Amino acid sequence: MNETDTGTPGPILTVEDLHVRYGGSHILQGVSFDVAPKGVTALLGRNGVGKTTTLKAILGLAPRTGRILAAGTEIQKHSTTRIVRDGIGYVPEDREVFGGLTVEENLRLVDRERGIEAPVVDRLFPDLVARRNQRAGTLSGGQQQMVALARVLLRPTTLLLIDEPTKGLAPKLVTEVADVLAEVARSTPILLVEQNLPLVRRIADDVVVLDAGRVVHRGRAATLVADADRTRELLGVSMRKEGAA
Amino acid sequence: MTDLLLLVVTGVGLGALYFLAASGLSLIYGLMGVLNFAHGAFMMAGSYAGWWTMTSLLPASMPVAARLGIAVVVAIVVGAVVGLLVEVVLIRPLYRRHIQQVLVTVGLALASVAAAQGIWGADPKPLPKPEWMSQTTQLLGARLPNDRFVFILVALALYLGLLALLHLTQLGLVIRAGVENRTMVEALGINVRRTFTIVFSIGGAAAGLAGLLYSQYSGTVSPAQGGSLLIYAFIVVVIGGMGSLTGTAVAAVTVGLVQQLANYYAASGVGDLSVVLLLALVLLLRPSAMKGAMA
Repeated sequence: MNETDTGTPGPILTVEDLHVRYGGSHILQGVSFDVAPKGVTALLGRNGVGKTTTLKAILGLAPRTGRILAAGTEIQKHSTTRIVRDGIGYVPEDREVFGGLTVEENLRLVDRERGIEAPVVDRLFPDLVARRNQRAGTLSGGQQQMVALARVLLRPTTLLLIDEPTKGLAPKLVTEVADVLAEVARSTPILLVEQNLPLVRRIADDVVVLDAGRVVHRGRAATLVADADRTRELLGVSMRKEGAA
Repeated sequence: MTDLLLLVVTGVGLGALYFLAASGLSLIYGLMGVLNFAHGAFMMAGSYAGWWTMTSLLPASMPVAARLGIAVVVAIVVGAVVGLLVEVVLIRPLYRRHIQQVLVTVGLALASVAAAQGIWGADPKPLPKPEWMSQTTQLLGARLPNDRFVFILVALALYLGLLALLHLTQLGLVIRAGVENRTMVEALGINVRRTFTIVFSIGGAAAGLAGLLYSQYSGTVSPAQGGSLLIYAFIVVVIGGMGSLTGTAVAAVTVGLVQQLANYYAASGVGDLSVVLLLALVLLLRPSAMKGAMA
C-alpha cells in the first residue's frame, strides 16, 4: 500500500487527465479522481456519460491517454493481462460469463487448481457449488452475476472494478448482490459503477459523478444521496424514485 | 451395393483429408478471428518436408512405410514451426486489423507457391507410397482402397485428440472461452496472445499432416496442392460453422460424400459443383453458419 507524506494510506487508484477517443468521439475528456484504499467508491452519472468507458480505460480495454496509478505504480502502458495479474479485478456490465462453459469451468479458467473448491466460493456463493456442472449460459441473471463476482475473487486483488452489478436484477437479487459486495468491500476496495442509489447509499463511502466525459462532483456518498436536489441535478433521479438494495 | 460402399468409404476418406486440412483453420478462426489464407502454405510446407524426408533425407533402402512414418512426424513439426513463425512475425502485429491480415496471408500464400516453384519447379514430384496403402481390401464384395482407411483413422485420432485438448486441458478451456469472448479472457488476466501462438502452431501441425497425407492420396507433391485443398477446407469450415470442431468434422464428411456420390451418379466434375451448391444452400438456410462455437 502506498502512503502519503503524513503516513496515511494513499489512494489505491489515481486517475489523472484520462482521455478516451473512439473515432471522432471524445468520450472521456480529462477525467481525474482517486479511489480510497478501503471501502467502495461509486462512479455515478447518467447513461452514456463515460462510466463504463472509464473502467475499461483503467483496465486497458479502451484506447486512452493520461496517467493511471495503481498503488502508486503507473499502469497506463501496461497490457490488460498485466494490469489484472497485478491485482485489479474486473466484473463487466452484463456479467459476460462464458455461457458455453459450466460454472466450474468458468471458475477453473481463473484458478485451475481450486476453482469452485476455493473457500471464497463456498463462503460467498454456496449456490454456485450446487450448480457447478450447469452451463453458465443457462443460469439466471443473478446467478450469472455471482459467477462473475466469484471468478474475479479467485485471483488476489488489490482493487475491484465492478460495472452495474445489479442491472436487470429482481429486487431480492439486488439485495443478495449488495450483501456480497458489502462483504467483499471489507477486505478489498471497490470502484463501483452503479445506477441504483439505495445500493450506493448502503455500501458506498465516496462518490465520483461524471457528466459528458468529465468529473462534475466528488465527495462522500452519504452526503450526496441525502441531498435530493443535488442528486436530481447531477443524476436526474432522487432516492424517492429508486428501488431496493 | 458394392459401388455404394466403395463411394461411401472413398467419400469419407476424402472427407477425412478435408477435416485434417480444415480443423486447424477452424481453430484459428474460432479463437482468433483470423481468416488464414496462408493455411495452404502450411500444407505445402508439410507435404514438401515429407517428400524431402522420404526421398532425400532417409535412405531408399529403408521400408517406405517407415520412411512415411518419419515423414509424418517431420511434416507435423515443420507445419507447427511454420505456423508459429507466421503468427509471431506476421499475424501478431495485425490483430484486430482483419483486412491487413487477409492481405498478408494471401500474399504469403502466393509467395510460398512462387518460392516452391522456384526451388523445386512447377511439375508434380512423385511421392513414394507404402505398398499396402496402394492396395485394396475386399469388403462385402467391394474393393476398398487401403489408404482411405489410413486417412479416416488419422482424422479420427486428430478429432479425438483435439476434443481431448479442448475439454480436458487448461489450454482447451482458455481456447473455448476465447472463442466465446476473447476480450473477457484477457480481462481475467489470462495471456490470450500466448494461446493464439499455440493455436496457430497446432493449426500449422494439422495442416502439415494434411498436406503430406493429401500428397499420399494424389501420389505427388506440387506447389499448387495446398491451395486446392484449402478451397475445400474453407468450404468445410463455413458449412460446419466457423470455430466448431464437431461441425467441421460433420461438414468434412458431408462434403467428401457429396463430391464422390455426385461425381459417380451425375457426371465426372459435378462433384465440385455440388459442393459449391451445398455451401450456397447452407448459407441461405443458415446465414449464421459463419459463426460457431468450439466443441
